[in-house]
Amino acid sequence: MAQVPLARRKRWYQTFRGKEALTFYLFITPWAIGFLLFTVGPIIASFALSFMEYDMALPPKFTGLANFKELFGDPLFYRSMANTLYIVAFAVPLGMIAAFAMALLLNQKIRGLAVYRTAYFIPSIVPAVASAALWLYVLQPQWGLLNGFLESIGIPGPAWLASEVWSKPSIIMLMVWASGGTMIIYLAGLQDISKEFYEAAEIDGANSIRKFMHITLPLMTPTIFFTLVMGIIGTFQVFSVIFVLTDGMGGPVNSTLVYLIYIYRNAFNFFRMGYSSAMAWVLFTIILILTILQFRTARYWVFYEVESAEA
Amino acid sequence: MTTLTPYKDHSAAHTYSRRRHTITQAIKSVLTHIILLVGSLGFIMPLVYMVSTSLKASRQIAKFPPELIPNPVIWRNFTDVFIYAPMHKYLLNTIFIIIPTIIGASITSALAAYAFARMRAPGKQVIFMVLIATMMLPGVVTLIPTYILFAKLGWVGTFKPLIVPVLFGSPFYIFLMRQFFTTIPRELEDAAMIDGCSRWQIFWTIILPLAKPIMATVTVFAFMGSWNDYFGPLIYLGEKSQYTLSLGLQVFVTNHRTEWGMLMAASTMMVLPVILLFFFAQKQFIQGITLTGMKG
Repeated sequence: MAQVPLARRKRWYQTFRGKEALTFYLFITPWAIGFLLFTVGPIIASFALSFMEYDMALPPKFTGLANFKELFGDPLFYRSMANTLYIVAFAVPLGMIAAFAMALLLNQKIRGLAVYRTAYFIPSIVPAVASAALWLYVLQPQWGLLNGFLESIGIPGPAWLASEVWSKPSIIMLMVWASGGTMIIYLAGLQDISKEFYEAAEIDGANSIRKFMHITLPLMTPTIFFTLVMGIIGTFQVFSVIFVLTDGMGGPVNSTLVYLIYIYRNAFNFFRMGYSSAMAWVLFTIILILTILQFRTARYWVFYEVESAEA
Repeated sequence: MTTLTPYKDHSAAHTYSRRRHTITQAIKSVLTHIILLVGSLGFIMPLVYMVSTSLKASRQIAKFPPELIPNPVIWRNFTDVFIYAPMHKYLLNTIFIIIPTIIGASITSALAAYAFARMRAPGKQVIFMVLIATMMLPGVVTLIPTYILFAKLGWVGTFKPLIVPVLFGSPFYIFLMRQFFTTIPRELEDAAMIDGCSRWQIFWTIILPLAKPIMATVTVFAFMGSWNDYFGPLIYLGEKSQYTLSLGLQVFVTNHRTEWGMLMAASTMMVLPVILLFFFAQKQFIQGITLTGMKG
């Protein structure tokens, strides 16, 4: 012990562990810089801005809760929120059901699986602007593809995007059309389910419906839960397709004025940066509450294999 | 029910049930194919009509009900598009944005992903949790201050806001790559470390060459991200000469709402590369979606 002084005790950063930790921090630095500059910084700034009035020309002025007070008295705020909720309430579950049905049908040993899968998946990768242009054509009231089809089976089609009543269903239809990504996730989840479960159930004499209700569905709940959470977050922020379809107006008569278009209007048409930041935070709060609620209720319906193995 | 008879020794009943089994199986298979066929036709029809309309003369487009086969096939719409909008310029702009973003994003993401997959450090778990949480953060929360920042820097009206933030990597790519790196056997690195290689050398000489499949996946997603991005160009680009394809197409949609042949030709030009990419990189698409979708 008396002999050690020459070989000084190593500092933390000179030890193997310390060196490894330093390398770790070094490797994540590029991402971390971007994260601080473009995520953490803006989050703080937008929170501060939501209590200010700022038009980018004059210096920002602290106004307390004025933005929020104005917001809760703004009819277009309620209108855009209601439109967004309408679209979320229909597009998310319908998209999930369609994707699940497709995945179930494709999760069999059938010929041409790759062709069918491709056909369902491709709409989901069509760029938003192109898909808007395409659906303008499909939904054209007088001679569009859809009304052409409907007339051929004897149903007079509505005016779709030009109708106050049908504009939101049109958007929802377009979103369900693009739900192929979710289908791929479900398909992977279905293929992960061990064949043994089904074989055991067959021996017990379970029919297809029982197998679906007691094996497929419970084992798919974690995947369903994930797509539900992400689907709601994503759909609350729907923008591009509607913006292009309606020339940025959210028409007719504000029937497709979704929340993000209204934020866009306040921020980039009226340069009300404080007001639109407040709007962003209200949206964030709503999404956060909904996400927390989903995680809270998850324990009642999401089935995790590990837990049940222990039970 | 009848399929359970093999346990009994009545061979006649056995074959009977087998036959019935194969018949129900065949009916089921035919039904599945019919449903799948009708469904997939419904999904693909709008795209088929997009291409067919782009090849039609305006007289045929106005016909009701719409006809599927263009007769005569005309290519004029595709050349006309270039008269009204410099699509080639838009394409160049898009590529100019896409290339640096792909290279930058994949390298920074790979670095961080490798660190998260392999190295131990205090606070690593917390940082990773934060990273995952930002995947769920609605982009709109950071939108306005980011715009103000770029405006103050004088970057609005340039490509920089569309390139620079992407260079720092994205949580989605980091997550994807980390999942992949954890599957590489540790022995490879251990051997190199005994030979005196640093982590940095290991990363470049061992990990990156092995990471080609996941790099391809990230490349596909980064490409799609920039190619499809509409909101970014909409708020950051000013002059027409700077427009990307998606922004150019939107202006085209707004200005030529009724010239369907041209509109569909322009849309086809935007959609076709994406579909081609899908056919060449089908595996990467599927892998990327499932890797993030499953173990969220």
